[in-house]
Amino acid sequence: MSSNAQNVPAEFPIPIDHDHRVPVRSGGKAAVATLMRPVDAVSADIPKVALSDICLSYRTAKGERLLALDNINLQVRAGEFLCIVGPSGCGKSTLLHLIAGLHHQTSGQVLVDGKAVQGPGTDRILIFQELGLFPWLTVGQNVEFGMKMKGMSKAAREEKVRYYLRLVHLSQFRDSYTHQLSGGMRQRVALARALATEPDVLLMDEPFAALDAQTRDLLHDELERIWAETGRTIIFVTHNVREAIRLGDRVALLTFRPGRVKSQFPVDLPRPRHLEDIAVARAAREVLDELREEINRSLEVEYHDGIKPHVKTEVEL
Amino acid sequence: MKRAARYFIFYAALFGLWVLLAKLKIWPPYLFPTPWGVGESLWAGFSDNSYWIAIMVSMRRVLIGYGISVVLGMLLGLGVSSNKFLEETMGGLLVSLQSLPSICWWPLALLWFGLNQNAILFVVIMGSLLSVTMAMEDGRKQMPKIFGMAGRNLGAHRFQLFWYVLLPASLPYIVSGLKQGWAFAWRSLITAEMLYVSLGLGQVLMMGRETSDMNAVIAVMILIIAIGYVVDGIVFKSMERHLQHKWGLAPA
Repeated sequence: MSSNAQNVPAEFPIPIDHDHRVPVRSGGKAAVATLMRPVDAVSADIPKVALSDICLSYRTAKGERLLALDNINLQVRAGEFLCIVGPSGCGKSTLLHLIAGLHHQTSGQVLVDGKAVQGPGTDRILIFQELGLFPWLTVGQNVEFGMKMKGMSKAAREEKVRYYLRLVHLSQFRDSYTHQLSGGMRQRVALARALATEPDVLLMDEPFAALDAQTRDLLHDELERIWAETGRTIIFVTHNVREAIRLGDRVALLTFRPGRVKSQFPVDLPRPRHLEDIAVARAAREVLDELREEINRSLEVEYHDGIKPHVKTEVEL
Repeated sequence: MKRAARYFIFYAALFGLWVLLAKLKIWPPYLFPTPWGVGESLWAGFSDNSYWIAIMVSMRRVLIGYGISVVLGMLLGLGVSSNKFLEETMGGLLVSLQSLPSICWWPLALLWFGLNQNAILFVVIMGSLLSVTMAMEDGRKQMPKIFGMAGRNLGAHRFQLFWYVLLPASLPYIVSGLKQGWAFAWRSLITAEMLYVSLGLGQVLMMGRETSDMNAVIAVMILIIAIGYVVDGIVFKSMERHLQHKWGLAPA
């Protein structure tokens, strides 16, 4: 992570933990694990995902040029769980779209395994905030979709669909349509659909924001388990700091417009963690202190009538 | 149950009014056909098979013409909606062309295709193509962008994206346009058939005119309405209902 250091602002509070702890792998189910494609072995010095000098600007309706992302440099190791937090409007979702290849940056490069991203690819699957499940397909067909596009045989797809639906505990809902499911179940369909395409990198855009607290807790546990079982690299965007600490190996904090990497926090808490853990809350506090400045800045711009709203905590804790 | 009763009362009253006016003999039967006269015409037409043949011929034409319209219209609509230049230029042209009754193409169609089936098909296609094209263009715009992104994200390319994502995703938005296209196709067909000896329902209707058999004219009009109703009420309604159920848009 040497190139990263130069982009970290001077006030960076904690040095990045270079020799990172191996995530706790919960006892994998060997019988089913054989179905999963092993993660590509890449040499340790090439990061799985590297964002180098990413800038993105666009023209607003008024014709002004707006800088959305400013010189983003981030590196994600294979198998790492990186959380990105920031106030709304900092471009964190856009960043995921760039990695997914659905949009193109104005300058800079997205590298996956050292190769520049040119467009969408099934090595990186994005789970959209709105999920984007296909309502005309059943749960099973949704999960199958990516494999079908790859031209995989029906028999092979069948087996994988069964496997991934079991992984997210939705086997019984295979023939349901997505609108018949609850929000949490739909979330799990999206997760299964993404995993079934067997990406190396899973990009998640505030996936649990609209869920009730109980469902979210449950999905945190499941995501952590699935991450440990599958060994995928996850880049997870959220505005919820405590969620980021709960899940991440590392938390990157983006500034408000234009989005820059303000600081990064390694999270060295043992897994499995819980949202209510005191250690999680304490770590979140630290990130939040920095985030609050950005939130205040974003609120100033939002209200921009000169009144400085000094909101103590506008983020979910 | 109640709705069926309301339907029944309405149509019974309408029919009763017709019977009453016919019985009063305000107008002579050749100006105001009687229900029994029309009934006889229908009976005669079906028993000597001439109506059956006319229906088969007309249905065959409309299915072919409409089918071509749907395929062409979807491709055209997709093309127009995916290109800004085309959207600005062709889009405006399509809207203005829609004010042209498709039968205006008849003289040219006769020259291009000769006095035959193809000329009729051309008029039918011109009648419904624009509706389908505009429906597809509109549907593509109304359709949530996320489906296309999700499709690309999951590795769907070009044709796959169109066939497995864009087309099914736009269906609920284009079904009313498809319906309208069908109505235009059907009307254009009957009009074109009336202009030329063609075996279809339109020609049978004109035969009624030439022999001053107003009973036959009304009988054929009833057939045309009935077929329109059946296709709209059964084919398109069930398609809509099926889509709503699948998409979870149904009221329950």
